[in-house]
Amino acid sequence: MQKQLMTEMALSRSIDLRKRRRLSESAIQGFLFVCAALSILTTLGIVYVLGRESLLFFADPAVSLWKFFTGIRWQPTIGEFGILPLANATLMTSAIAMAVALPLGLGVAIYLSEYASVRARSILKPALEVLAGIPTVVYGYFALTFMTPLLRAILGRDVVEIYNTASAGLVMGILILPLVTSMSEDALSAVPRSLREAAYGVGATKLETALQVVLPAALSGITAAVIVAVSRAVGETMIVAIAAGAGPAFTFNPFRAAETMTGHIVRISGGDLSYNSIDYNSLFAIGLLLFLITFVLNIISRQVVRRFREVYE
Amino acid sequence: MSQSDLNGRPASARTAWLPALSAGGTPVVEGKSGVQSPANLAARQRIGHIWHWLFQASTIVGIIALTALLYTVVVQSFGLVAMQDAVDPASLAVNGVPVEQLSQEKLAAILAEHVSAGVIRRLESEKPFAERSREEMYALVVERVVKPGVVASWSLGDSLLRRPVILAEMAQAYPGARLEWRSWLNVDFLRHPQSSTPELAGVRTALLGSLWTIMITILIAFPVGVGAAIYLEEYARDNVANRIIQTNINNLAGVPSIIYGMLGLALFVRVLEPLTSGALLGAAADPTTANGRTILSAALTLALLVLPLLIINAQEAMRAVPRSLRDASYGLGATHWQTIWHHVLPNALPGILTGTILAISRAIGETAPLVVVGAATFIAVDPSGPFSKFTTLPIQIYQWTSRPQDQFRNIAAAAIIVLLILLLALNASAILLRNRYSRRM
Repeated sequence: MQKQLMTEMALSRSIDLRKRRRLSESAIQGFLFVCAALSILTTLGIVYVLGRESLLFFADPAVSLWKFFTGIRWQPTIGEFGILPLANATLMTSAIAMAVALPLGLGVAIYLSEYASVRARSILKPALEVLAGIPTVVYGYFALTFMTPLLRAILGRDVVEIYNTASAGLVMGILILPLVTSMSEDALSAVPRSLREAAYGVGATKLETALQVVLPAALSGITAAVIVAVSRAVGETMIVAIAAGAGPAFTFNPFRAAETMTGHIVRISGGDLSYNSIDYNSLFAIGLLLFLITFVLNIISRQVVRRFREVYE
Repeated sequence: MSQSDLNGRPASARTAWLPALSAGGTPVVEGKSGVQSPANLAARQRIGHIWHWLFQASTIVGIIALTALLYTVVVQSFGLVAMQDAVDPASLAVNGVPVEQLSQEKLAAILAEHVSAGVIRRLESEKPFAERSREEMYALVVERVVKPGVVASWSLGDSLLRRPVILAEMAQAYPGARLEWRSWLNVDFLRHPQSSTPELAGVRTALLGSLWTIMITILIAFPVGVGAAIYLEEYARDNVANRIIQTNINNLAGVPSIIYGMLGLALFVRVLEPLTSGALLGAAADPTTANGRTILSAALTLALLVLPLLIINAQEAMRAVPRSLRDASYGLGATHWQTIWHHVLPNALPGILTGTILAISRAIGETAPLVVVGAATFIAVDPSGPFSKFTTLPIQIYQWTSRPQDQFRNIAAAAIIVLLILLLALNASAILLRNRYSRRM
């Protein structure tokens, strides 16, 4: 008895089974943490940069917050800084884009997840991925050399200007179509098979199953897809920079030229821009607004998924 | 009792199938309501067919859009052009001998007559005329004297279908011109630098600029992105700080790319100018004109842009590595890092690489942030390092598209094809990688 205890004590002394502190392991973990924390720094950097320059902009005596949000003219040369023409153009292109992408995207998603054969899916899904992988500048080119001439041929050259928000919006709809489709399709495919079979069991047709059982069950995912798509449309730059027009204009006519917020930032910063001028600062004010809009939209979409997701297990 | 019976007419398609269950819960296949159900069913099926057709149609519209996009690009890159010479070759004939059959000395005389003395001296110093062969001299005469140039161009579709109309148009507008087939995408297009004449312009500078930028972007983003993913998947406990990091990364993935451009402009181009212009390292090409608008600034901006995407992809790849592998490694006494380095990472590598390639293809196509960071508008010198001024392929496409002349549209289309081929090659390698290694798991 005594002897056995002695051996155990000797063993525990020679082999220490506690976790040892290893300096290199801690160093590696520290480095990896810095990598991950870099993303926080990025966000802080964005907020700081946009916020600082915007504050400088609003501190200028020529600018007032009230006029910024209600002014209908954006002409930095004469000190008019009203965001409405730019915001209105952004709204119009995004609305047109959603009007194209939402019905089409949902239609394609329902077709792919409920109707298409395995063979059709295996061809269509990669095709949509190709569409999603094409750089936006190519879409801009497409809007200017295909969509605009098409619109002008159909509606008449005096109705449709060379640069117009309709053409940019339509092509933007094609751009975000794959996004809506793939997110919605994921949501629809996540609905368990048993729900569909239950619907068939009580005599529903395929359409009734798709629209009244599967679609409501996947609604949170689809809503998130739509919100993300809107955020993408608002932030989309190259299509509107190329096809929507160069020059802020407050118009509700989609066939007239009007510059969007993103288009304005690209055009002005692409030219010779002197730092510390009010023009330069005004871009950051637009950028801040853009950032806030997309940020809020993204957060809402995440909340929608979290709160309204139906979990079937 | 079904609703359709009560109302004496078929229920609306919306709820028609709901009352198909009787009160007792047994399905009514035939019976009282069965009398009307065939008619009702036919209507419901018809609506089903219409919608089926609609869903299919929207898919077809999507495919048509893709086709139209590719079609536009292709027809603009090939087609008929009207070539016009600055000097009619027939007028250069000496004593009835056409210019292409003239002797070497006669060609030199023509050159001396039409080209300024300064240019002659420069050409002579490159290689004396006496040493040049007759063919070389003829090429020189064509290049310097005849100067054929494109005055109008037509798309492939028009060229094939409306040739007579084109001929008539051309005869009226450019009487001296001749019609030729031209592929705007050719070897010279890849070799030549940017130029203000569309038929001489090429994508060499832009292509090299893109490759430099992407290379540096990967060098920065890959280690940081994978590191962050390892931390979040393998080390992070579920506490507030780590949840904030994760949420933040997801949110960053949704920030418009142009915002990153503004961050890059304010941070890398202005605040870190001594570093990004190379002045700090004494590497700036020309200290007097050096500024922060360099390849390095662009690459840093793109690295921040693709980081969230890269991290999310890498996290997914590591999540797919089975738990048992880690436990086995711990069981043999490996440390945390040994387990990650020798077991988790090798197994997640194909997934991580696929995700990285997808992130890179995103970075290659990005235009807006680089315009904001300040790609040079016109640059004809090859980039020589991270501190060179730069232009990239998408920016070149953007600038050419913004020009009003048709010929710039043609070379923009050719540049798009180059860009798409580059992206296709990248994506194909990602798919190959995925297929090759996915079998092992």
